[in-house]
Amino acid sequence: MMTLDPRVPGGPIEQKWSKAKFEMRLVNPANKRKYKVIVVGSGLAGGAAAASLAELGYDVACFCFQDSPRRAHSIAAQGGINAAKNYQNDGDSIHRLFYDTVKGGDFRAREANVHRLAEVSVDIIDQCAAMGVPFAREYGGTLANRSFGGAQVSRTFYARGQTGQQLLLGVYSALSRQIGAGKVRMFSRTELLDIVVDNGRAQGIVVRDLVTGEIRSHGAHAVILATGGYGNVFYLSTNAKGCNVTATYRAYKRGAGFANPCFTQIHPTCIPVAGDYQSKLTLMSESLRNDGRVWVPKSKADVGSKPGDIADDDRDYYLERKYPSFGNLSPRDIASRAAKEVCDAGHGVGPGGRGVYLDFRDAIARDGEPIIRERYGNLFEMYERITGEDPYRVPMRIYPAVHYTMGGLWVDYNLQTTIPGLFCLGEANFSDHGANRLGASALMQGLADGYFIIPYTLGHYLAGIAANDLPATTSAAFRDAEAAVGARLDKLISIRGTRSVDAFHKELGHILWEGCGMARSKESLTEALEKIPKLRAEFWRDVTVLGSRDSFNQELEKAGRVADFFEFGELMCRDALVREESCGGHFRTEHQIDGEARRDDQKFCHAAVWEHSDQGATRHVEQLVFENVKLATRSYK
Amino acid sequence: MSGLNLTLHIWRQASAAAPGKLVTYKVANISTHASFLEMLDVLNEQLIGKGEEPIAFDHDCREGICGSCSLMINGAAHGPMKGTATCQLHMRLFRNGDEIWIEPWRAAAFPVIKDPCVDRSAFDRVIAAGGFITANTGSAPDANDLLIPKESADRSMDAAACIGCGACVAACPNGSAMLFVAAKLAHLHHLPQGQPERSHRTHAMVGAMDAAGFGNCTNHYECEAACPKEIARDVMAQLNRDYAKAAFLHRDRATKSDGSG
Repeated sequence: MMTLDPRVPGGPIEQKWSKAKFEMRLVNPANKRKYKVIVVGSGLAGGAAAASLAELGYDVACFCFQDSPRRAHSIAAQGGINAAKNYQNDGDSIHRLFYDTVKGGDFRAREANVHRLAEVSVDIIDQCAAMGVPFAREYGGTLANRSFGGAQVSRTFYARGQTGQQLLLGVYSALSRQIGAGKVRMFSRTELLDIVVDNGRAQGIVVRDLVTGEIRSHGAHAVILATGGYGNVFYLSTNAKGCNVTATYRAYKRGAGFANPCFTQIHPTCIPVAGDYQSKLTLMSESLRNDGRVWVPKSKADVGSKPGDIADDDRDYYLERKYPSFGNLSPRDIASRAAKEVCDAGHGVGPGGRGVYLDFRDAIARDGEPIIRERYGNLFEMYERITGEDPYRVPMRIYPAVHYTMGGLWVDYNLQTTIPGLFCLGEANFSDHGANRLGASALMQGLADGYFIIPYTLGHYLAGIAANDLPATTSAAFRDAEAAVGARLDKLISIRGTRSVDAFHKELGHILWEGCGMARSKESLTEALEKIPKLRAEFWRDVTVLGSRDSFNQELEKAGRVADFFEFGELMCRDALVREESCGGHFRTEHQIDGEARRDDQKFCHAAVWEHSDQGATRHVEQLVFENVKLATRSYK
Repeated sequence: MSGLNLTLHIWRQASAAAPGKLVTYKVANISTHASFLEMLDVLNEQLIGKGEEPIAFDHDCREGICGSCSLMINGAAHGPMKGTATCQLHMRLFRNGDEIWIEPWRAAAFPVIKDPCVDRSAFDRVIAAGGFITANTGSAPDANDLLIPKESADRSMDAAACIGCGACVAACPNGSAMLFVAAKLAHLHHLPQGQPERSHRTHAMVGAMDAAGFGNCTNHYECEAACPKEIARDVMAQLNRDYAKAAFLHRDRATKSDGSG
């Protein structure tokens, strides 16, 4: 039976992290090299962790499935990174960033973790600037800021529309320095397929070399998962094609609690689906909502008209109308639902009526085209490349798409999962964003976890383990895990059915989008829970994976990931079914007041944590206590 | 609207050791709104249906930023559209009945893994040699303590936009990585933070570039034309200037005293 001890230090919230850092045990500098640490994932969280731990002196091995650590999906983040610097003198503070994030998460995050995130946010900007991240600057040489959804201050730092890329290149450069110095051994094109837990702690991992197909084990004193989110369970999402749930789901199967799997974020500003060949959806940065105005025609008769021919009085600027104080910068969950609502009511534009306008006409008239080009040029180009339409002349068409997952492995204050020695960072864990993440907070969390939190908390854990207690990969636990991994790959290849992996993945994604997407109901979830096991059984009977196990085989990679999505998708629906409330990105149609989410703090002010067993999943709870931000109905009106 | 019917000639090679060849395939009714990679997805579905192994190709973000995709399309790295990576190439650029040749990056330093997938780890080795600013986590001053003129930050950003895809190498008749290396150096050398290690960095990265088997630059500028992020060739002039200086100034790091006693 799983016990959930969040290990939050006592004392006032402003002092918890300082107190925790002081109380943590340390590993002597000369002993650090004797401890072997595995980091899986090389994005902002994993790459920053691997580099920082190597700088401290630990013996680090880092793994990524891409061909280079520089390609982790953090790279795709466009808009920016939040930090409570208050450089703009507009009333920002650590407390305000903390407050906004807790409120933005609809009171389903752990207060102490969020406060720590806000505290270290300022150090992140300093660190990144020192490493040469080319943040946008004012003419005087100081850093520039912009606003993002869910905030009324300008606290977002950015590097054109490529902030994620630039932050990741900073992380990659630090990681490369350690690789060059021989302090980090890097394994690219290598995928985690299982985690080995023995004697009550994480002992290492089993991986597949994606080029040769070889299965190998790696033992370590501690294992860190920084493997991102599971948005691709929906097939169509803004995630890179390779993003998957395998590492965290394998950890779950080995005993780690999985928290709030139903908390998924739908991003309001993505390019709408164009056809059934569609392989992914492209995000248009939320920063566009600083200057773009969102609208649909008031009259259904106008949905086919050219947008320029529709007079201002005939346009419904519905976000400005419904949420006057936040307007077009309303948080993501609210803006997404509002778009769905107007499209459901028949006001949607573009193919299939699944789109709303994001219009820059007024901003261009006010500031001139050169200013708008300077701010968003590359985003406008990207839009034109994909759609063939020029957003300087014609409003963009946008529609919500799956973008981020707030749920993830449950971790305590030290970012340790319920398995001792197994840590989880970044999007892969559940801790900081509650039921909805605010824009420009994912980059912040990834770097906070990797640069400034795990270097302290991991040392505390390792100080309690003898350096000579390095698990041998020849043990029965490793042998069994390797055999199971191999058998599963053999099984996938031996089926030789009639349908491709992608065909199954698309169908699964469709079931989940309909049943557990932007709006969920008991009915839709029950239906999904009936369909998924049937489709999963069909997958294991009729999928076709060509090629061999002992070679570079992209179909086999996909098949393993989709097999895990099948099991995970079911868990997600079960979680959504039990949570009889609406909060953040989790909108249960039965629980609403005037179209807004109705939270139930009496029954659900907790993180739901699922424990795996062969008999099925058991739901546990971590009660969430709000001592510093008063539980209140979230309003952006 | 009816879609495109195309003839594709695609490089198939089972492994690095196996011989490769161009194989011809047909696809029909491809939507002009589909991306180039989505067109290949459609072909792969066809192949799987027929029991043939699908074509392996590198891709991930499919929005032009991760740098994974890498195809020579009709002899041009990333295909015919300027400033565009393969994954953002759309089929509206092609015409019904077109023949399209799809090959891997061609460079000695990028050996083929399978089909058009190549091994670009040589780029990682060049970066590990010096493509960083030494700033241990936790040692940074307040970000606004260091004022950086907007023009410098912008020029740094222009060079930092490189996605490390390798198109510059593939386009170069010599298989040179000059644009890639020069872009990284320019990114760091337009910033004051990059100055302390400027000489060492230039020397180390150029050395690593040569060791990785990339060819020499003979000023064809095919790299600039192929770059999906439109990195300008002037970064290479700066590299040459810095390298000349570094050759005089360079001092092996191991020889410097750290002052400890």
